[in-house]
Amino acid sequence: MEQISLAHIALITGILLILIGLWGILSQKNIIKIIIGFSLFDTGTHIIMVSIGYLTGKTAPILDEAVNLKNAANEIVDPVPQALVLTAIVIGLGITALMLAYVLRLYQRRKTLEINNYNDLKW
Amino acid sequence: MFKKVFIFIVLTGFALILFKSYSALNPEQGLNEVATRYAEKGPDEVGAANLVGAVLVTYRGLDTLGEVAILFLSASIIGFFLKVKLEDEKAPRKVRKTSEILATASKIITPVIFLFGIYVFINGHLTPGGGFQGGAIIASGLVLMLLANPVKKVNHSIISVVESISGFSFVILGITGIFLAGGFLDNDFISLGEFGKLFSAGAIPIIYIFIGLKVGSELSGIVSNLQETQKEEI
Repeated sequence: MEQISLAHIALITGILLILIGLWGILSQKNIIKIIIGFSLFDTGTHIIMVSIGYLTGKTAPILDEAVNLKNAANEIVDPVPQALVLTAIVIGLGITALMLAYVLRLYQRRKTLEINNYNDLKW
Repeated sequence: MFKKVFIFIVLTGFALILFKSYSALNPEQGLNEVATRYAEKGPDEVGAANLVGAVLVTYRGLDTLGEVAILFLSASIIGFFLKVKLEDEKAPRKVRKTSEILATASKIITPVIFLFGIYVFINGHLTPGGGFQGGAIIASGLVLMLLANPVKKVNHSIISVVESISGFSFVILGITGIFLAGGFLDNDFISLGEFGKLFSAGAIPIIYIFIGLKVGSELSGIVSNLQETQKEEI
Protein backbone atom coordinates (compact mmCIF):
# COMPACT_ATOMS: atom_id res chain seq x y z
CA MET A 1 0.00 0.00 0.00
CA GLU A 2 1.21 3.44 -0.87
CA GLN A 3 2.35 5.50 2.10
CA ILE A 4 0.14 8.45 3.02
CA SER A 5 2.06 11.70 3.42
CA LEU A 6 1.92 13.90 6.51
CA ALA A 7 0.09 16.65 4.63
CA HIS A 8 -2.65 14.22 3.60
CA ILE A 9 -3.12 12.99 7.16
CA ALA A 10 -3.44 16.60 8.34
CA LEU A 11 -5.87 17.37 5.52
CA ILE A 12 -8.07 14.37 6.39
CA THR A 13 -8.08 15.40 10.06
CA GLY A 14 -9.07 18.94 9.11
CA ILE A 15 -11.87 17.75 6.81
CA LEU A 16 -13.23 15.42 9.50
CA LEU A 17 -13.14 18.21 12.08
CA ILE A 18 -15.03 20.53 9.71
CA LEU A 19 -17.68 17.88 9.09
CA ILE A 20 -18.08 17.12 12.81
CA GLY A 21 -18.36 20.84 13.53
CA LEU A 22 -20.94 21.37 10.78
CA TRP A 23 -22.94 18.39 12.06
CA GLY A 24 -22.85 19.89 15.55
CA ILE A 25 -24.03 23.30 14.28
CA LEU A 26 -26.90 21.76 12.31
CA SER A 27 -28.17 19.11 14.70
CA GLN A 28 -27.50 20.21 18.27
CA LYS A 29 -30.18 21.94 20.34
CA ASN A 30 -28.05 23.39 23.15
CA ILE A 31 -26.52 26.76 22.20
CA ILE A 32 -23.24 26.02 24.00
CA LYS A 33 -22.89 22.83 21.94
CA ILE A 34 -23.54 24.82 18.75
CA ILE A 35 -20.69 27.16 19.74
CA ILE A 36 -18.45 24.13 20.29
CA GLY A 37 -19.41 23.10 16.75
CA PHE A 38 -18.31 26.50 15.43
CA SER A 39 -15.04 26.13 17.32
CA LEU A 40 -14.38 22.71 15.78
CA PHE A 41 -15.17 24.04 12.31
CA ASP A 42 -12.66 26.83 12.95
CA THR A 43 -9.92 24.43 14.01
CA GLY A 44 -10.58 22.23 10.99
CA THR A 45 -10.10 25.13 8.57
CA HIS A 46 -6.87 26.09 10.34
CA ILE A 47 -5.46 22.56 9.99
CA ILE A 48 -6.44 22.46 6.31
CA MET A 49 -4.73 25.81 5.62
CA VAL A 50 -1.50 24.75 7.32
CA SER A 51 -1.51 21.38 5.55
CA ILE A 52 -1.87 23.08 2.14
CA GLY A 53 1.30 25.08 2.84
CA TYR A 54 3.23 21.99 3.95
CA LEU A 55 5.98 20.57 1.74
CA THR A 56 7.39 17.11 2.34
CA GLY A 57 10.76 17.07 4.08
CA LYS A 58 11.09 20.85 4.45
CA THR A 59 11.69 22.70 7.69
CA ALA A 60 9.88 25.56 9.47
CA PRO A 61 10.14 29.05 7.87
CA ILE A 62 12.59 30.33 10.49
CA LEU A 63 15.97 31.20 9.06
CA ASP A 64 18.39 30.02 11.74
CA GLU A 65 21.29 27.52 11.70
CA ALA A 66 19.05 24.77 10.33
CA VAL A 67 18.54 26.63 7.05
CA ASN A 68 21.12 27.62 4.47
CA LEU A 69 20.37 31.30 3.74
CA LYS A 70 21.43 31.08 0.08
CA ASN A 71 19.14 28.14 -0.57
CA ALA A 72 16.32 29.10 1.80
CA ALA A 73 13.56 28.90 -0.83
CA ASN A 74 14.23 25.17 -1.31
CA GLU A 75 14.45 24.27 2.37
CA ILE A 76 11.42 25.83 4.06
CA VAL A 77 7.66 25.34 3.96
CA ASP A 78 5.31 28.09 2.82
CA PRO A 79 5.19 30.90 5.48
CA VAL A 80 2.09 32.65 4.10
CA PRO A 81 -0.60 30.13 5.20
CA GLN A 82 1.03 29.95 8.64
CA ALA A 83 0.83 33.73 9.02
CA LEU A 84 -2.83 33.63 7.92
CA VAL A 85 -3.68 30.86 10.39
CA LEU A 86 -1.92 32.73 13.18
CA THR A 87 -4.25 35.67 12.79
CA ALA A 88 -7.24 33.38 12.21
CA ILE A 89 -6.68 31.61 15.54
CA VAL A 90 -6.79 34.90 17.46
CA ILE A 91 -9.88 36.07 15.56
CA GLY A 92 -11.52 32.70 16.26
CA LEU A 93 -10.84 33.14 19.96
CA GLY A 94 -12.36 36.63 19.95
CA ILE A 95 -15.45 35.52 18.04
CA THR A 96 -15.97 32.51 20.32
CA ALA A 97 -15.76 34.79 23.35
CA LEU A 98 -18.29 37.13 21.69
CA MET A 99 -20.73 34.27 21.05
CA LEU A 100 -20.36 33.06 24.65
CA ALA A 101 -21.08 36.58 25.91
CA TYR A 102 -24.29 36.68 23.84
CA VAL A 103 -25.32 33.29 25.22
CA LEU A 104 -24.66 34.48 28.76
CA ARG A 105 -27.01 37.45 28.24
CA LEU A 106 -29.64 35.29 26.53
CA TYR A 107 -29.55 32.84 29.42
CA GLN A 108 -29.86 35.58 32.02
CA ARG A 109 -32.90 36.96 30.21
CA ARG A 110 -34.79 33.76 29.37
CA LYS A 111 -33.24 31.12 31.66
CA THR A 112 -32.93 28.60 28.83
CA LEU A 113 -30.22 27.37 26.47
CA GLU A 114 -32.56 25.41 24.18
CA ILE A 115 -32.35 26.89 20.67
CA ASN A 116 -35.99 26.01 19.90
CA ASN A 117 -37.19 28.42 22.59
CA TYR A 118 -35.65 31.35 20.73
CA ASN A 119 -38.06 31.69 17.81
CA ASP A 120 -38.31 35.51 17.63
CA LEU A 121 -36.58 35.57 14.23
CA LYS A 122 -38.41 32.56 12.83
CA TRP A 123 -40.62 33.06 9.78
CA MET B 1 -37.25 13.31 9.64
CA PHE B 2 -37.06 15.89 6.88
CA LYS B 3 -34.52 17.79 8.95
CA LYS B 4 -32.28 14.75 9.34
CA VAL B 5 -32.33 14.15 5.57
CA PHE B 6 -31.49 17.81 4.99
CA ILE B 7 -28.53 17.65 7.42
CA PHE B 8 -27.31 14.47 5.71
CA ILE B 9 -27.47 16.10 2.27
CA VAL B 10 -25.59 19.20 3.44
CA LEU B 11 -22.88 17.12 5.12
CA THR B 12 -22.34 14.85 2.11
CA GLY B 13 -22.19 17.88 -0.18
CA PHE B 14 -19.57 19.48 2.03
CA ALA B 15 -17.63 16.24 2.26
CA LEU B 16 -17.59 15.92 -1.55
CA ILE B 17 -16.31 19.48 -2.00
CA LEU B 18 -13.59 19.02 0.63
CA PHE B 19 -12.41 15.61 -0.62
CA LYS B 20 -11.89 17.18 -4.05
CA SER B 21 -9.15 19.22 -2.38
CA TYR B 22 -7.73 16.02 -0.89
CA SER B 23 -7.05 14.56 -4.32
CA ALA B 24 -5.71 17.90 -5.59
CA LEU B 25 -3.16 18.31 -2.79
CA ASN B 26 0.38 17.67 -3.98
CA PRO B 27 2.90 18.28 -1.17
CA GLU B 28 5.89 17.40 -3.38
CA GLN B 29 5.85 20.62 -5.40
CA GLY B 30 8.07 23.58 -4.46
CA LEU B 31 7.12 26.96 -3.01
CA ASN B 32 4.90 29.19 -5.10
CA GLU B 33 6.07 32.48 -6.53
CA VAL B 34 5.10 34.74 -3.61
CA ALA B 35 6.62 32.48 -0.96
CA THR B 36 9.82 32.06 -2.97
CA ARG B 37 10.23 35.80 -3.15
CA TYR B 38 9.65 36.16 0.60
CA ALA B 39 12.23 33.44 1.28
CA GLU B 40 14.88 34.89 -1.04
CA LYS B 41 14.45 38.64 -0.50
CA GLY B 42 13.07 38.55 3.04
CA PRO B 43 16.39 38.44 4.95
CA ASP B 44 17.72 41.45 3.00
CA GLU B 45 14.54 43.50 2.84
CA VAL B 46 13.09 42.90 6.29
CA GLY B 47 15.90 41.27 8.26
CA ALA B 48 13.68 39.05 10.40
CA ALA B 49 14.80 35.45 10.92
CA ASN B 50 11.22 34.40 11.55
CA LEU B 51 9.70 34.59 8.06
CA VAL B 52 6.16 34.15 9.43
CA GLY B 53 6.73 37.26 11.51
CA ALA B 54 8.14 39.12 8.50
CA VAL B 55 5.04 38.24 6.45
CA LEU B 56 2.73 39.09 9.33
CA VAL B 57 4.18 42.44 10.39
CA THR B 58 5.71 43.88 7.23
CA TYR B 59 4.59 42.25 3.98
CA ARG B 60 1.00 41.75 5.13
CA GLY B 61 1.08 44.31 7.93
CA LEU B 62 -2.18 45.92 6.85
CA ASP B 63 -3.99 42.60 7.39
CA THR B 64 -2.55 42.42 10.88
CA LEU B 65 -3.78 45.93 11.61
CA GLY B 66 -7.26 44.92 10.44
CA GLU B 67 -7.08 41.79 12.52
CA VAL B 68 -6.12 43.72 15.65
CA ALA B 69 -9.05 46.02 14.90
CA ILE B 70 -11.44 43.05 14.73
CA LEU B 71 -10.13 41.76 18.05
CA PHE B 72 -10.56 45.23 19.57
CA LEU B 73 -14.11 45.38 18.23
CA SER B 74 -15.08 42.00 19.67
CA ALA B 75 -13.45 42.85 23.01
CA SER B 76 -15.27 46.16 23.25
CA ILE B 77 -18.61 44.63 22.25
CA ILE B 78 -18.18 42.04 25.00
CA GLY B 79 -17.32 44.78 27.48
CA PHE B 80 -20.30 46.88 26.42
CA PHE B 81 -22.62 43.91 26.35
CA LEU B 82 -21.79 42.55 29.77
CA LYS B 83 -21.68 45.96 31.42
CA VAL B 84 -25.43 46.20 31.91
CA LYS B 85 -26.12 45.10 35.46
CA LEU B 86 -29.35 43.25 36.02
CA GLU B 87 -31.13 44.86 38.97
CA ASP B 88 -33.25 41.91 40.01
CA GLU B 89 -30.26 39.62 40.32
CA LYS B 90 -30.27 37.35 43.29
CA ALA B 91 -27.76 37.45 46.12
CA PRO B 92 -24.11 36.68 45.33
CA ARG B 93 -23.23 33.04 44.88
CA LYS B 94 -21.19 31.55 47.67
CA VAL B 95 -17.99 30.01 46.35
CA ARG B 96 -15.59 27.70 48.11
CA LYS B 97 -12.23 29.12 49.07
CA THR B 98 -9.59 28.05 46.55
CA SER B 99 -7.24 25.34 47.68
CA GLU B 100 -3.96 26.23 49.34
CA ILE B 101 -1.98 24.62 46.49
CA LEU B 102 -3.59 26.72 43.74
CA ALA B 103 -3.42 29.94 45.77
CA THR B 104 0.26 29.52 46.62
CA ALA B 105 1.33 28.20 43.23
CA SER B 106 -0.40 31.02 41.37
CA LYS B 107 1.58 33.60 43.34
CA ILE B 108 4.84 32.02 42.13
CA ILE B 109 3.80 30.98 38.63
CA THR B 110 1.87 34.09 37.50
CA PRO B 111 4.92 36.43 37.31
CA VAL B 112 6.83 33.70 35.45
CA ILE B 113 3.98 33.35 32.94
CA PHE B 114 3.93 37.13 32.38
CA LEU B 115 7.70 37.12 31.91
CA PHE B 116 7.49 34.24 29.45
CA GLY B 117 4.79 36.06 27.47
CA ILE B 118 7.01 39.15 27.28
CA TYR B 119 9.95 36.99 26.18
CA VAL B 120 7.85 35.42 23.43
CA PHE B 121 6.83 38.73 21.89
CA ILE B 122 10.21 40.44 22.25
CA ASN B 123 11.88 37.52 20.43
CA GLY B 124 9.07 37.28 17.89
CA HIS B 125 11.30 38.19 14.95
CA LEU B 126 13.89 35.48 15.76
CA THR B 127 12.07 32.44 17.15
CA PRO B 128 8.63 30.89 16.70
CA GLY B 129 6.28 33.26 18.45
CA GLY B 130 5.31 36.88 18.26
CA GLY B 131 2.80 39.40 19.48
CA PHE B 132 -0.31 37.26 19.29
CA GLN B 133 1.17 34.25 21.04
CA GLY B 134 2.83 36.41 23.71
CA GLY B 135 -0.41 38.28 24.32
CA ALA B 136 -2.35 35.03 24.68
CA ILE B 137 0.23 33.76 27.21
CA ILE B 138 -0.13 36.98 29.24
CA ALA B 139 -3.91 36.60 29.25
CA SER B 140 -3.56 32.98 30.41
CA GLY B 141 -1.53 34.26 33.38
CA LEU B 142 -4.46 36.51 34.26
CA VAL B 143 -6.83 33.52 34.02
CA LEU B 144 -4.67 31.65 36.55
CA MET B 145 -4.74 34.69 38.83
CA LEU B 146 -8.53 34.86 38.66
CA LEU B 147 -8.91 31.11 39.24
CA ALA B 148 -6.81 31.38 42.40
CA ASN B 149 -8.76 34.38 43.67
CA PRO B 150 -12.28 34.45 42.17
CA VAL B 151 -13.44 37.57 44.03
CA LYS B 152 -10.51 39.67 42.81
CA LYS B 153 -11.40 42.84 40.92
CA VAL B 154 -9.28 43.54 37.85
CA ASN B 155 -8.40 47.17 37.29
CA HIS B 156 -10.06 48.01 33.97
CA SER B 157 -8.57 51.47 33.57
CA ILE B 158 -5.01 50.07 33.35
CA ILE B 159 -6.15 47.53 30.74
CA SER B 160 -7.84 50.15 28.59
CA VAL B 161 -4.92 52.62 28.89
CA VAL B 162 -2.39 49.96 27.80
CA GLU B 163 -4.71 48.88 25.00
CA SER B 164 -5.27 52.39 23.65
CA ILE B 165 -1.63 53.44 23.84
CA SER B 166 -0.35 50.30 22.11
CA GLY B 167 -2.99 50.42 19.37
CA PHE B 168 -2.24 54.11 18.77
CA SER B 169 1.53 53.50 18.66
CA PHE B 170 1.05 50.65 16.17
CA VAL B 171 -0.68 53.01 13.74
CA ILE B 172 1.86 55.80 14.38
CA LEU B 173 4.74 53.41 13.59
CA GLY B 174 2.95 52.40 10.41
CA ILE B 175 2.54 56.04 9.34
CA THR B 176 6.21 56.74 10.18
CA GLY B 177 7.02 54.05 7.64
CA ILE B 178 5.29 56.09 4.92
CA PHE B 179 7.51 59.12 5.52
CA LEU B 180 10.87 57.55 6.42
CA ALA B 181 10.76 54.27 4.49
CA GLY B 182 9.01 52.57 1.58
CA GLY B 183 5.39 52.65 2.68
CA PHE B 184 2.79 51.99 5.35
CA LEU B 185 4.18 49.67 8.06
CA ASP B 186 7.58 49.40 6.35
CA ASN B 187 10.12 48.53 9.05
CA ASP B 188 13.14 50.02 7.30
CA PHE B 189 13.26 53.41 9.08
CA ILE B 190 15.31 51.91 11.93
CA SER B 191 18.61 50.25 10.99
CA LEU B 192 18.05 46.60 10.09
CA GLY B 193 21.04 45.57 12.20
CA GLU B 194 22.80 42.22 12.10
CA PHE B 195 20.62 39.38 10.85
CA GLY B 196 19.55 36.99 13.59
CA LYS B 197 20.42 39.22 16.58
CA LEU B 198 17.94 40.60 19.12
CA PHE B 199 18.36 44.21 17.92
CA SER B 200 17.64 43.61 14.26
CA ALA B 201 14.81 43.68 11.74
CA GLY B 202 14.16 47.41 12.10
CA ALA B 203 10.77 48.23 13.60
CA ILE B 204 9.45 44.65 13.74
CA PRO B 205 10.35 44.00 17.42
CA ILE B 206 8.82 47.34 18.43
CA ILE B 207 5.62 46.66 16.49
CA TYR B 208 5.49 43.14 17.95
CA ILE B 209 5.81 44.53 21.47
CA PHE B 210 2.82 46.81 20.85
CA ILE B 211 0.83 43.99 19.24
CA GLY B 212 1.67 41.77 22.21
CA LEU B 213 0.57 44.38 24.76
CA LYS B 214 -2.60 45.09 22.80
CA VAL B 215 -3.61 41.45 22.34
CA GLY B 216 -2.71 40.66 25.96
CA SER B 217 -4.76 43.53 27.35
CA GLU B 218 -7.71 42.81 25.05
CA LEU B 219 -7.88 39.13 25.98
CA SER B 220 -7.42 40.02 29.66
CA GLY B 221 -10.29 42.48 29.30
CA ILE B 222 -12.53 39.79 27.78
CA VAL B 223 -11.67 37.34 30.56
CA SER B 224 -12.21 39.82 33.38
CA ASN B 225 -15.46 41.08 31.86
CA LEU B 226 -16.79 37.53 31.66
CA GLN B 227 -15.67 36.91 35.22
CA GLU B 228 -17.39 40.00 36.60
CA THR B 229 -20.80 38.96 35.31
CA GLN B 230 -21.02 36.48 38.13
CA LYS B 231 -21.53 37.85 41.60
CA GLU B 232 -19.40 35.74 43.86
CA GLU B 233 -18.24 35.91 47.44
CA ILE B 234 -16.32 33.62 49.71
